[in-house]
Amino acid sequence: MSQSYNRGTVEDFGRWREFSAGMWAWIFHKFTGWVLVGYLFTHIAVLSTSLGGAELYTNTLQGLEALLVVRFLEVGLLAVAVFHILNGIRLLMVDLGVGLEAQDKSFYASLVLTGAIVVASIPTFLGGPLA
Amino acid sequence: MAEHYSSFERGGRRWLFQRLTAVFLIGVLAFHFMLLHFVNHAADITFAGTQARMGQWSYFATMWLFLVTATFHGVNGVYNALVNQGISGSQKTAVKYVLVVAGLLLVAQGTRVALAMNGLI
Repeated sequence: MSQSYNRGTVEDFGRWREFSAGMWAWIFHKFTGWVLVGYLFTHIAVLSTSLGGAELYTNTLQGLEALLVVRFLEVGLLAVAVFHILNGIRLLMVDLGVGLEAQDKSFYASLVLTGAIVVASIPTFLGGPLA
Repeated sequence: MAEHYSSFERGGRRWLFQRLTAVFLIGVLAFHFMLLHFVNHAADITFAGTQARMGQWSYFATMWLFLVTATFHGVNGVYNALVNQGISGSQKTAVKYVLVVAGLLLVAQGTRVALAMNGLI
């Protein structure tokens, strides 16, 4: 099952200036994937306060949301999730053979759209009372 | 063919299930963010509100499937990334079992959490 892929210079990060759009898409997708799987475990850990009763759960979630740093981290999480979703759609298209000739442009589109969605969401994420 | 990079062996089972779970996760992750940040502001979440949502069986089932598919997608993604980095032999076997156990524990704990939110335990 195990197979090595010829990824050219992608592991040689010192040559990042020579990386193509496809290499950056691979690196960003992998990075955002690591963040999301790490967050998944953290998320279930925080939600586990529901096992300790309603008050503990509500106080924990509202206590976290009252911290400005948590609001900023949530904006970061949104950015990571939106990019992973949009680039994931791009990867499904690539696997289906759709738009292969434009796969570099669709990577740039994923980046721009991620930026636009995140910027537009900042008022909602940072709004509301803090501690 | 245009230049394309992937950590997955295209056509394999791990690749296929990663794609199938991705299709579900694209929709449900976007829905999760919309519902719990835009429709309901995250700072206003209470146990009562969570319980009201999780009391609907369709929502409960969607969230539980979200847990299972996200866990598989995440753990399978990590495994393939590490295999792609070149781990092999006993290292590969150890990583596989650690990830399988971590994934099963996460689903078990997530299921307990879902049942507590639903009011069943």
